[in-house]
Amino acid sequence: MRNDAPLVGVLAMQGAFAEHQRALEASGARTRLVKDLEDLEGLDALVLPGGESTTMTMLMERVGLLEPLRDAISRGLPTLATCAGMIVLARDVTGGIEGQRGMGLLDIAVRRNGYGRQIDSFEADLEVAGLGGKTFPGVFIRSPLLESTGSAEVVATHEGRAVAVRQGSILALCFHPELTSDRRLHQELVRMAGVGRS
Amino acid sequence: MKGSFKVKAGLAQMLKGGVIMDVVTPEHARIAQEAGACSVMALERVPADIRKEGGVARMSDPALIRSIMEAVTIPVMAKVRIGHFVEAQILESMGIDYIDESEVLTPADEENHIDKHPFKVPFVCGCRDLGEALRRIAEGAAMIRTKGEAGTGNVVEAVRHARAVNAGIRKLQGMNHAELVHEAKQIGAPVDLLAECQRLGRLPVVNFAAGGIATPADAALMMQLGVDGVFVGSGIFKSEDPLKRAKAIVAATTYYDKPDVLAEVSAGLGKAMPGLEIPAIPKEELLAARGW
Repeated sequence: MRNDAPLVGVLAMQGAFAEHQRALEASGARTRLVKDLEDLEGLDALVLPGGESTTMTMLMERVGLLEPLRDAISRGLPTLATCAGMIVLARDVTGGIEGQRGMGLLDIAVRRNGYGRQIDSFEADLEVAGLGGKTFPGVFIRSPLLESTGSAEVVATHEGRAVAVRQGSILALCFHPELTSDRRLHQELVRMAGVGRS
Repeated sequence: MKGSFKVKAGLAQMLKGGVIMDVVTPEHARIAQEAGACSVMALERVPADIRKEGGVARMSDPALIRSIMEAVTIPVMAKVRIGHFVEAQILESMGIDYIDESEVLTPADEENHIDKHPFKVPFVCGCRDLGEALRRIAEGAAMIRTKGEAGTGNVVEAVRHARAVNAGIRKLQGMNHAELVHEAKQIGAPVDLLAECQRLGRLPVVNFAAGGIATPADAALMMQLGVDGVFVGSGIFKSEDPLKRAKAIVAATTYYDKPDVLAEVSAGLGKAMPGLEIPAIPKEELLAARGW
């Protein structure tokens, strides 16, 4: 990888971070797993992966990563959040455990596992605004349901429900591009990372 | 489209880097969730008690499983006997998130494992080596775990099985097709799955460690051996301070390569579960020998 390629951090508390890492490297980025405070240094973009939001939040709080991460994202670090990552950023979270709250950086209300349990996990082709060309393969796994999208811009819907939103430098998805071979959304993050640097 | 292999294997991918904990009550399940478990395994008796009490071990009472499903927001797994596809149908109808076709329960069929392809709910199965892992994947398993020797608090068998899987995959590197065909015959697994392992340099599905993990160091050991996450069965709720130990094992699974963090989380955990030496167990009571 070229040394001047954008450096994208992937939060690696728990979840599908290795899949994101592979997708980003295939999209022309350098990557770094983020587990500690010093891992935030010098990042051009960030991925908050899918996994269990309760597990991730608990670990981030425990090692003091939650606030610094919130600061970095609120200062405009380009961020791709998938599934649990979207929950972590949300303004309102319902269906979670008692006291579970998002970082409040994304003006959305989400219901955890809003599409049901694993047996209701599904695949569906999506039209994603701005990607052009063919549809995007949406893989939804115990996905959160977007109940309101506030001031965030909806960039994809499924059966009338928003499943992808953009707000400022944050792109948040209910589905998992890292589980597919379609790299367009990771390429978009790498592009955003490049813009932020120049 | 629901129930595709991609979404079945995909849930396991979301569990990576996490700890799946055995729980026998809704209260245990809440403690596990609070400690940061990425999933819980709902059952009536942990393996250490199954081992102690003997008798036929079966799928747990659906009422108990349901009460645990209602208690937490993380995915809930439950066990069925090897080959007992009706127990699996029952769990699927309840909307369980993952089914463990488990050697910890008494096998219901001594020749056939469950045909897992027709189910919309994903299965995890145990293995001792690459051949066994690939046979289960061929039957439709969307996630693999080592068998280890459940209920012993002794990690030695899980280490043996994880190393055997790694060695089996390493051996494939550089083989040509004729050699892969021969290897497939030797280990009793389909050649196309061997070819996929060769290409990926790993199993085609997520692989967790299970069986005998009792301490944060055990969890980190298995992670450093290359597994994707850990199951902890009897190790948590048979210990002196389950919440503290559970939190420590969760942290150790994330920071498995940071000995300073491991030292910190391992301190002052109280007594671990009492362990068992494998040679002290009568051969017919070894759980890992069940399944083939």
